[in-house]
Amino acid sequence: MVDVLKSLGFEYCFSNPANTFRSLHESLINYGNNTAPEFITCTHEEIATAMAHGYAKIEGKPALVVLHGTVGTQHASMAVYDAFCDRVPVYLVLGNHLDAEGRRTPVTWFHSARDAAAVIRDFTKWDDTPISLGHFAESAVRAYKLAMTPPMMPVAVVADAHLQEHGVEEAASLRVPRLGALAPPQGDAGAVNELARMLVAAENPVLVADKLARTPDGLARFVALAEALQCAVIDRKGRMNFPTRHPLDQSNRAAAALADADLIVGFEVSDFASVRSRRSGAKRVTITAGDLFTRSNYQDFQRYPEADVAIAGDGEATLPTLIESVRRLTTSDRRLLFADRGKQLAALHEEALAQAREAAAVGWDSSPISTARLCMETYAQVSDLDWSLVADVIFMQNWPLRLWSMDKHYHYIGGPGGYGVGYGAPAAVGAALANRKHGRITVNFQYDGDLMFAPGCLWTAAHHKIPMLTLMHNNRAYHQEVMEVQRMAVEHGRNATRAHIGTKIEDPPIDFAKLAQSMGVYAEGPISDPKDLAPAITRALNVVKRGEPALVDVLTQPR
Amino acid sequence: MIWIVLFAWLQQPANADRGKRAFMEYYCYSCHGTDGQGGAGPRLVVGESPDRLIRYVRKPTGGNMPAYTSKSISDEDLRAIHAYLRSIKPSPPANAIPLLQK
Repeated sequence: MVDVLKSLGFEYCFSNPANTFRSLHESLINYGNNTAPEFITCTHEEIATAMAHGYAKIEGKPALVVLHGTVGTQHASMAVYDAFCDRVPVYLVLGNHLDAEGRRTPVTWFHSARDAAAVIRDFTKWDDTPISLGHFAESAVRAYKLAMTPPMMPVAVVADAHLQEHGVEEAASLRVPRLGALAPPQGDAGAVNELARMLVAAENPVLVADKLARTPDGLARFVALAEALQCAVIDRKGRMNFPTRHPLDQSNRAAAALADADLIVGFEVSDFASVRSRRSGAKRVTITAGDLFTRSNYQDFQRYPEADVAIAGDGEATLPTLIESVRRLTTSDRRLLFADRGKQLAALHEEALAQAREAAAVGWDSSPISTARLCMETYAQVSDLDWSLVADVIFMQNWPLRLWSMDKHYHYIGGPGGYGVGYGAPAAVGAALANRKHGRITVNFQYDGDLMFAPGCLWTAAHHKIPMLTLMHNNRAYHQEVMEVQRMAVEHGRNATRAHIGTKIEDPPIDFAKLAQSMGVYAEGPISDPKDLAPAITRALNVVKRGEPALVDVLTQPR
Repeated sequence: MIWIVLFAWLQQPANADRGKRAFMEYYCYSCHGTDGQGGAGPRLVVGESPDRLIRYVRKPTGGNMPAYTSKSISDEDLRAIHAYLRSIKPSPPANAIPLLQK
């Protein structure tokens, strides 16, 4: 089993130890010498899986996650769902005792299942329960191949305890199947050529991307397409698809940019139904590998996206053909028109950036500290370094996306996918681990409610010396729910002063600095005066530069 | 006349203080920030008279703001909130903040 797993090139194995895979665990660390993969000790299976999720978004390939039978897989399930919705490859191996004769104790029975992967089958791409070592080898390689073929998703292979623990017979002729190079599916060539013709002919086309750029090439190709057309781009930042300061980037004025579009092209946009122009007769085209796969139970596929042309294929893989066709079809007359369009868009980009800065200035000196101030105090200290922002920032008004200059694929990795709370902290640690060998400074804005789901990941960061700067966005509440309950009270015509019940996390307030310190992480705070923020970030950043995690607890505005 | 102006001036901070309390108690801050700077909801900018604010809160137009009846919040509390919002010191412009120029 270890030979097979090593052949797949895993760097890390994220896991919480358990006896349904005790043999595999021991083999990984001794027979496998605890390298490629290296065992990363996690304090919860949800943490292990979310770490692999964050890791994959930086590194572009899956990590190994080994889970306990039944209970461990149940713990992991929310994080598996997040990765599934986020179209991220995570490679799960589940321990299990299929053969009742091998169940040594009553507890082993609790931790065994006839179909161990059933609990996560609705939100994995593929799973198998091999019953021989040869079968395991084949299924393990097949699982990797399927996970890495767009649309990328989690996969699971059950490692039966009997197979793990019984020696390989001397006469057995076992081999590890070869993985080979994987080529992602491109959109149909005829449809892509027709799209190029539509793009060149359009007066005001808008390119919208969400989970498009799987690799650095994806970002570079998307820039090339936009520049060939000199057209508007809206980056929804499910991945880092387009530089935030590129003159064609219109994400800070997305609604205005879309309003007059005569052609909208969605690249790996899962909720394309919500992307609308006000212009009558505007055409709509989608390119997504999402059309190649879906499950029916969980409704992550979103509202049906009406489109004039729906191209089933991977967006990033389809871009080279599309760019080539656009360049070939562009006449000199159109090129002149494109240049004028590009100049107008550049001016609108600058105007929108100035408006975002003005909005950020309002409440600059507020206490609790404004999320814009937190964001920009941090940026001031990392912008000259090689940094990577690994946090979802939707609950801080997306300030980094609106104000930071981002132009590398690791400058932002998108959100949790399925919006399951508890993703943030462990995914950030996993991403930070992937960034470590590149020497990048990992930055994490951490929601307080999210950290309380899985705080044990801080211990993993300290134990494995994973450098990461965490700035708490501590509004002492499950704030979305404060607003939701408040709204319900008002709509029901009832008392509008009780929305704190069940939603606030303030009596007693959580001391996140002490929490982090208790697990060996440098930490300070809480900080409520904005003047104290910069020196605290400097001190924490110095710790991170030494190769360790650090946390600054910041009391913030609700959003 | 002098007494009337003096009386109004003396009343203003009290109203603003009460307004701040109401702004927090009714969770206005949860969408609009503690200083009305905006958040999930828009920045709050109010005119001289509280009437427009009261009309808007009773019957909001557009956005996600729910309609507050007088059962949920009184006109008196809304006037106090208006006084609080009027009392907030303006923020510096973006071009006066070096961190926003990066």
